[in-house]
Amino acid sequence: MDNNGCLPCTRREGFPAGLRVLVVDDDPTWLKILEKMLKKCSYQVTTCCLATEALKKLRERKDAFDIVISDVNMPDMNGFKLLEHVGLEMDLPVIMMSVDGETSRVMKGVQHGACDYLLKPIRMKELRNIWQHVLRKRIHEGREFESLEGFDFEGIHHLMRNGQDQCCDDVSLFALEDCISSTRKRKDADNKHDEREFGDSSSTKKARVVWSVDLHQKFVQAVNQIGFDKVGPKKILDLMNVPWLTRENVASHLQKYRLYLSRLQKQRDQKKCSSSGIKNPDLNPKDPGSSSIKNSMNKQQNVVSIDGFRCPNNGLVQLHESDFTVSELNKTEQRRALATNNIIPDPNMTKVSQIVLNQTFSPLNSEGNIEVFDCTIPTQYTWNQVPKRKLQDDPKSQSIASMVSSPSAASSIASSAVDNIIPVQSKSLMVNDQSSVTSNPGLKTQEFDASLIPDLEFYQQNLLWGGEAAFSPLEEDLNFFLLQSECYNDMNFGMHSIDMSDYYYDPGLTADVPNHLLYDSADYSVVDQSLFIA
Amino acid sequence: MDVLQLQRKLREHQAAMLREGFLDDQFSQLQKLQDESSPDFVIEVVKMFFDDSEKLLNNMTRALGQVPVDFKQVDAHVHQYKGSSASVGAARVKNVCATFRNFCETQNLEGCVRCLQQLQNEYSLLKNNLQYLFRLQEEIQAAGGSIPTIE
Repeated sequence: MDNNGCLPCTRREGFPAGLRVLVVDDDPTWLKILEKMLKKCSYQVTTCCLATEALKKLRERKDAFDIVISDVNMPDMNGFKLLEHVGLEMDLPVIMMSVDGETSRVMKGVQHGACDYLLKPIRMKELRNIWQHVLRKRIHEGREFESLEGFDFEGIHHLMRNGQDQCCDDVSLFALEDCISSTRKRKDADNKHDEREFGDSSSTKKARVVWSVDLHQKFVQAVNQIGFDKVGPKKILDLMNVPWLTRENVASHLQKYRLYLSRLQKQRDQKKCSSSGIKNPDLNPKDPGSSSIKNSMNKQQNVVSIDGFRCPNNGLVQLHESDFTVSELNKTEQRRALATNNIIPDPNMTKVSQIVLNQTFSPLNSEGNIEVFDCTIPTQYTWNQVPKRKLQDDPKSQSIASMVSSPSAASSIASSAVDNIIPVQSKSLMVNDQSSVTSNPGLKTQEFDASLIPDLEFYQQNLLWGGEAAFSPLEEDLNFFLLQSECYNDMNFGMHSIDMSDYYYDPGLTADVPNHLLYDSADYSVVDQSLFIA
Repeated sequence: MDVLQLQRKLREHQAAMLREGFLDDQFSQLQKLQDESSPDFVIEVVKMFFDDSEKLLNNMTRALGQVPVDFKQVDAHVHQYKGSSASVGAARVKNVCATFRNFCETQNLEGCVRCLQQLQNEYSLLKNNLQYLFRLQEEIQAAGGSIPTIE
């Protein structure tokens, strides 16, 4: 393939057609259905029924796939384990699937780094949009150095080690033009991702604004002049007096800036108070903030309104070692290490951030305080937002719970429905023609009394509820029979003794049914057209 | 019976199955997936479901027949069956699976056995009804008509 690691849009068909999907599911029925659905979305599908096999395929050619969709329950390997492996080794977006939508399971998926969790039965429209995860990931990787949120620690660390003074004595730990290009080249070489190409193809219609040192300095000056609490994109734009800059550019930059500052503040406050995660309201799903950095570093996200970020209950980014397991940390670290050859264990990160902190804050704020601005944070978040790493007693978890409540609601309804049927069971016969079942001493089964069968009316009444349905005459209107749950209760029904291997419809079977039942047109004229239900 | 009548029969039967919960929207999704490149898609999928059903029901039976019963093992089978039934839209089967899982969790053997019976019942009913459906489809196709899909 000549498009190694490139977005499908670089191919002829037009994004997202041709997205290369690897589907892993031990259920062959689902595998078939998913394959068909994905093909209908014009995706390129590879199926696997074993997780180990999937990993092998992925390892053979790391750039052979764009995204992985995997079931949670598989015999040879837990879906979460596969998820971890894929994230660690291949850094591909992984979507989990399950018929089980319990909050804890979904949470687990998210914690292990799944970019989405789909509930079975899966609709085609859900599959149509999976390309967004691929795009998001690529954009994040492309913008990592530029953004606040996806603050590129290893990039900064690298720069500092290389003694690039220009970025150290400036306000801008933001995208510095030289730094960007150098780090980009480095990453390109390491990741084999053609990010320039991404930059071109993924930035949609807007021209990318590179926030240079000068530009950012103008921005910061404007912000300071206005005052953090009064600041707004329009005001900033006016003050900056940069003709080609748009309000949107400023707005997004301001957002990132705020996030950046709040994050730095959190780091500071780490020392003082133990904190948990804060959810940033402005977090744009496309924002690099939803990056792997967050995955590794964010512990949890609570949504509260912040006043001055003094000592908030929740911190955006936790760099405290104790806050996550070593494996979580190592996972991202390893990945970054592979990419950059700079291994940055946690303590160093804190140091770097401290340096950064010291560097940035002095010119920034004459009062030396950061708490100047104030964000109101909405109390909702969607799937695209970075989730909590740890489940705490938190009303926000309701939003997840509500998303998955339907399966449990369905099952509670089901149990009551089934309860109605339970009393029937004692009367009705075990319909089972599996010889292995009938031979099992553990269960009572009864062979249906064949002499009860040959009765036309009986056939008709049992069309839906009885074992003879497949062979009953076609002329009767079914609705009448279907509604009669009483019939179901009262009647014994039995299984037509079909040989198991013949369950697939065999045209020869119709020969068993007397012709007049199937094809006698005289009877069918009776059927009332108006009873047709569309 | 001519094609129109057969088609009406088919629609009615499909509608009835939907109404009574034998099938849910997933089944119509499957029908929508069927096209010229896979003209027997629905039947093939249903066939796979039948295969799976028999295997899993057997597994459950065996597991429940052991002494002592390994409820986790039973639950694993039921969970698998739940997923399988969801694939074709076998709503009633799926619902029984949900209840079944609860009994597994509470290690209620009697409840489990009852659920297994229900599952077997539901499965046979569903199978019959689907076979009837496919039979109608065959008749229609043999008569040169097209298969109406579930709305």
